[in-house]
Amino acid sequence: MKTRDLSELAVRNLREAVLRNSLTTLGVAVGVASLVAMLSLGVGLQTLASQRLTRSGLFNAVFVTSQRNFRGPRQPPPPESAAKRESRALDDDARQQLSKLSNVTEVYPQIRFITDVRFADKSESTSVLGLPDSSRSSGAFEGMTGAYFSSPTAEEAILQIEFAKLLTDQQPSLIGKDLTLRYAERAALSKYTDDEALLDAMMGSGKPGGISPGGISIVPREKTLRIVGITESDPSAGIGGFGGARVYLPLKTAEQLHVAQPDDLQAFLSGNPAKPSYMAMTVRVRSPKDVPQVEAAIKQLGFATFSLLDATKSLRLVFTVFDLFLGLFGSLALTVASLGIINTLVMAILERRREIGILKALGATDRDVRSLFFAEAGAMGLFGGVFGVALGWLIGSALTWGTTIYLHRQNLPGVKISYVPWWLALSAIGFAIVVSLVAGLYPASRAARLNPVEALRYE
Amino acid sequence: MPNAPMLIRTESVSREYRLGETVIRAVDAVSLTIEQGEFLALLGSSGSGKSTLLSMMAGLDRPTSGAIRVRERNLAELEADELARYRRETVGMVFQSFNLLPRMTLEENVELPLRLAEVDRSDRQSRVGEALERVGLAARRQHRPSELSGGEQQRGALARALVNRPAILFADEPTGNLDSVNGEQILLLLREIQDSLGMTIIMVTHERPLAERFANRIAQLSDGRLVSDGAQR
Repeated sequence: MKTRDLSELAVRNLREAVLRNSLTTLGVAVGVASLVAMLSLGVGLQTLASQRLTRSGLFNAVFVTSQRNFRGPRQPPPPESAAKRESRALDDDARQQLSKLSNVTEVYPQIRFITDVRFADKSESTSVLGLPDSSRSSGAFEGMTGAYFSSPTAEEAILQIEFAKLLTDQQPSLIGKDLTLRYAERAALSKYTDDEALLDAMMGSGKPGGISPGGISIVPREKTLRIVGITESDPSAGIGGFGGARVYLPLKTAEQLHVAQPDDLQAFLSGNPAKPSYMAMTVRVRSPKDVPQVEAAIKQLGFATFSLLDATKSLRLVFTVFDLFLGLFGSLALTVASLGIINTLVMAILERRREIGILKALGATDRDVRSLFFAEAGAMGLFGGVFGVALGWLIGSALTWGTTIYLHRQNLPGVKISYVPWWLALSAIGFAIVVSLVAGLYPASRAARLNPVEALRYE
Repeated sequence: MPNAPMLIRTESVSREYRLGETVIRAVDAVSLTIEQGEFLALLGSSGSGKSTLLSMMAGLDRPTSGAIRVRERNLAELEADELARYRRETVGMVFQSFNLLPRMTLEENVELPLRLAEVDRSDRQSRVGEALERVGLAARRQHRPSELSGGEQQRGALARALVNRPAILFADEPTGNLDSVNGEQILLLLREIQDSLGMTIIMVTHERPLAERFANRIAQLSDGRLVSDGAQR
């Protein structure tokens, strides 16, 4: 029999026993719905976590340090093999080199310093951090009071709420007001003769004994910044940040301050003080999957690296196991539904015994009869699958809706915890059809084996 | 029917059934030759084996021993699919209880053998119309069997049996569920089909008067054995 005729007959047969077949199909739909709802929850939570983590920048970043940062100046020289790598300083040349690596989207130094902050008549000592412009989309400033920096070079500051509390009880009133940073600027002394003059001026005596040609001076400075925002989260937490900064300013603004860094002392002692170097740099890559390749390339350049790649792998593993369990629980309902299909089709064979006999008397082959029952099982799977996906999506949407209401009551932004991607919808429908066909195997072969004479005798 | 080619030959055909330890021989070594264009009535009382013999000749059942040759092909040796093809292409069947599918309209019932034979959709409507026209039910094509009288249902079943233009028409007690008027109408139709189409008709009946009136030949069975075989006219 041709496929079209087979399908027409199958649909007609299903329509005839509409109540029983609808109930069986509904059983499949409920099974598929539970599977889809469970997996959509798993996928939704995974997507939510991935989005949040990706936006945080933790998983597409490599934290780079100079290997020499961790050795004191008076420690014995490193072994011969390591000497070359030790020689690399994390300076602007290195920054240029890192930014040229493939799949690297952004390289920025970590500029962090302890300073006195003066506001009105108060003076507090705290940690200040320069933030790259990409931090704007990291999600750390969601729900902040005020606004993000107006430009990458703006002379503006964002305060962490805990620090703002130290300045005033009415934190929102800080927006638009100025505060002053007192910091130590690093100034290079380019020529020995100038050094001499400067040292004479500074020390009031003759030539500086033991100071090498070239050098740096530390000059106290002040900078006034406008407060534009107050944030509850700590955008400096995590990789490259170590947390704890309480005042944030645009990275370019921070760079222009030329604040003395802990590395400067080491640079001075190593005899190359003219070029400023950094404690650490953050290298952002195109996507988390590029991290291993970029990390390897950076190590080749002689720097130490750290990334949260292993953490992402663990996270994926956790979600895979989570999805597996959700899928198993969802599949249980579908298994029960498949028993319903077997029951319905076996009952149909009993009821349609005579019909099978007539079909065989008219020339239907065993395969025709088997295919007809298969088609009916498959159709129940298809309809049940489509209806089940819709039902599962509704359940997932209801869960998201309920969660959002709950979160809003807790003054938190709503989240989409359930997500039905197209592959899940198609897989669920396909799975329902396969399960239904497997369930139809036994009834279909039993129907095909019926002896036509006995079947025709059946009343 | 002198000089007509031989169509069916049963050679010492037997059919046994087992009921526990007991072996029941429903058909016992029946040898019969049927020529093309004959109207043969298989006559016998209930349990004489006439329906079993008809089922074997129609390819619905297989003999326990012996051979049934249709155009020299032994049905007993055919594979299941080949036997299904034989039923589909060579044979038309009419039953005592009509056996129309109740969920289908008359038109769909008649179309069913064409679907099984994978006849093109474009040809189907004309062939269904032709078959229904022949049995006088063209106006009832959209009715379901439950909306038809017994006689109409049997005529519908006859249209279904004819739609594939078979060489042999098997009729198992076609008037058994009909009153005498409708029964006679059916047999007149069968006779008309035999005359106009030259079709071979093998009919099982236990009503001797009807057999004598319409069939060319009567073969009588008793306890599974062929007890008489003679031409009527």
